[in-house]
Amino acid sequence: MNIIVCVKQVIDPEAPPRSFKIDAGGTRAEMQGAPPVIDPYGEFAVEAALKVKEAAGNGKITALSLGTGLLREVVKKPLAMGADALILLEDAAFAGGDGWSTASALAAAIRKTGEYDLILCGREASDTNAGQTGPGIAAILGLPCVTLVRRIDVAGDTAKVERVTSAGYEVVEVPLPAVMTVSNEIGEPRYPTIKGIMAAKKIEPVVWKPADIGIEPSQVGASGRRLKMNRLFQPVHEGKCELASGETPEEVAANLAARLREAKIF
Amino acid sequence: MSESSGVAVYGEIADGKLLPIALEGLGIGRKLADSLGQEVAAVLAGSDVAGLAAGAFAGGADRVYVVDDPLLKDYQPDAYVSVMEKVIGQVKPRVLIMGQTDVGRDLAPRLAFRLGVPVTMDCVELAIDPASGRLLQTKPVYGGNAQAVFTSDADPQMVTIRTKAMTPLQPDNSRKGEVVKIAAGLDASTIRTKLVDRVIEDVAGIRIEDADVVVAGGRGIGGAEGFAQLEELARLLRGAVGASRPPCDNGWVPDTVQIGLTGKIIAPELYIAVAISGSSQHLSGCSGAKTIVAINKDPEANIFRQARFGVVGDWKKVLPAFTARVKELMAG
Ligand SMILES: Cc1cc2nc3c(=O)[nH]c(=O)nc-3n(C[C@H](O)[C@H](O)[C@H](O)COP(=O)(O)OP(=O)(O)OC[C@H]3O[C@@H](n4cnc5c(N)ncnc54)[C@H](O)[C@@H]3O)c2cc1C
Ligand SMILES: Nc1ncnc2c1ncn2[C@@H]1O[C@H](COP(=O)(O)O)[C@@H](O)[C@H]1O
Repeated sequence: MNIIVCVKQVIDPEAPPRSFKIDAGGTRAEMQGAPPVIDPYGEFAVEAALKVKEAAGNGKITALSLGTGLLREVVKKPLAMGADALILLEDAAFAGGDGWSTASALAAAIRKTGEYDLILCGREASDTNAGQTGPGIAAILGLPCVTLVRRIDVAGDTAKVERVTSAGYEVVEVPLPAVMTVSNEIGEPRYPTIKGIMAAKKIEPVVWKPADIGIEPSQVGASGRRLKMNRLFQPVHEGKCELASGETPEEVAANLAARLREAKIF
Repeated sequence: MSESSGVAVYGEIADGKLLPIALEGLGIGRKLADSLGQEVAAVLAGSDVAGLAAGAFAGGADRVYVVDDPLLKDYQPDAYVSVMEKVIGQVKPRVLIMGQTDVGRDLAPRLAFRLGVPVTMDCVELAIDPASGRLLQTKPVYGGNAQAVFTSDADPQMVTIRTKAMTPLQPDNSRKGEVVKIAAGLDASTIRTKLVDRVIEDVAGIRIEDADVVVAGGRGIGGAEGFAQLEELARLLRGAVGASRPPCDNGWVPDTVQIGLTGKIIAPELYIAVAISGSSQHLSGCSGAKTIVAINKDPEANIFRQARFGVVGDWKKVLPAFTARVKELMAG
């Protein structure tokens, strides 16, 4: 069982919204004072990979990450959680990509790894909120794909998968190899153990440049984009909150109810 | 530039009905087509769906393409991608609009990669740039902390639209147009994934998507017992109970009541957020509410930046007194 999990380094989406800033050039965003993290849905994908490997009793999990300025302590988190190997697509040429250039490079890297039964991505990255990298990889590699997965049971060369819907879930059967995008309903990602952290320290990531995966630098990152970003901005909220007052919580609550009634809110 | 013309709207169907998102797509599609001086086409794919064309015309379509095939009875990605690829090859629209739904989330990116064009998911605003004639695609990014405007030089310019972000037209049943049938031409052997079961996890009472009042709880509620108290207030206001993600992840409430970017997008008259910090991802799902009321013990909580009314305090003390007073006021 060879499992590839795609994880991305992102600015911390759980940092308080007020620390979110866009630079003067209007292209880069940051969370002031908060270090970058592994994209949360990528972490759910790692958890899914570990569950599948445990159920199979064997297998190899390779984490794959594309980006620039990748902090080792961040991108090694999947290893600390229990993944076996780490491949980084790290080169200035990979910067500034869109769904197309990212999925193309990831697909080329996956092809180069040679053997894969399952390719897992997050349902959407916390920065792009796109949800297209997984389906994109599937389309490029000609593989079947199931999105929004909350449970994976592998039996031989097929998987029985539960897919989250707005009203419940679907049960889908898919032949392997296949691509799946993982949703949070898969279950809380496990914390790295001390043993895991020690093991991760000893694993050196493999670093590939565009040439290593057989792609021209002009086809990756910003040069490979098919979608142009014209503008990035923070919407302004004019809202003003009227706080109810009173001596005790009970009195404040009653005053709120009275105020809402007066404003004909209910 | 290309021979492409017009705006195509994917008319998503469920249980034999055109979904509201299809009419929202036709509403914005009509506007875009009018500013281009071109036509709106609706694409209906499914089994036994030809009867729905009238609804698509009433919603703003000039022409309706129908692909009717028993193999399309349930949404199945391989089949739908292949059918849509064929339809788009024939229709050659300049713009293709789908909904950010269970189906759209799955179908749109796959179709885009098949067609070799980019897609912008979850758009909240669409307009034609008067200078270039290209589609300005505005979508929230960074969980809603920012918005980005994208354009593409390739046709079709593909987008999905967020639920309730676009306005449907007033249905006009006198509108008629041409219905064009397209054969699915499906080869069943190319369908790789198989739908085995569809499980509906019904929640008793009003659905949060339809409720005028939603009382929602967050991580600070602490357990399922707390949600019983929210339920009491919701019942009193004839509303529904919703939640941020942590209560769903913790199993205090069903996953289907999650509100936000990756949950449901709702726009009730009144949204009461109890012990919810107000992350941008959560607010993505409820910022369309007419009035937001927040109860949170942290005066710095982000929810107070979006709320119109609020109480800083422990919900365990505030909520029972609030509910009791609401009950009195409603009785008298
Ligand atoms: C890509 C992505 C998509 C996401 N999609 C969603 C989504 O769709 N919906 C969603 O909700 N989240 C989503 N999240 C998660 C989101 O980032 C937040 O983690 C989540 O919304 C936080 O939920 P919360 O406000 O309930 O919890 P917290 O942020 O932990 O806030 C709990 C609040 O309760 C208050 N509190 C605690 N005890 C009390 C008390 N006794 N009385 C009063 N107040 C109290 C605290 O002051 C605090 O403000 C997503 C995240 C990512 C990265
Ligand atoms: N640069 C990247 N490196 C590795 N994985 C990625 C990258 N970008 C996206 N992914 C994967 O694709 C998922 C969805 O990303 P997106 O399509 O951008 O929403 C993420 O959760 C990751 O699993």
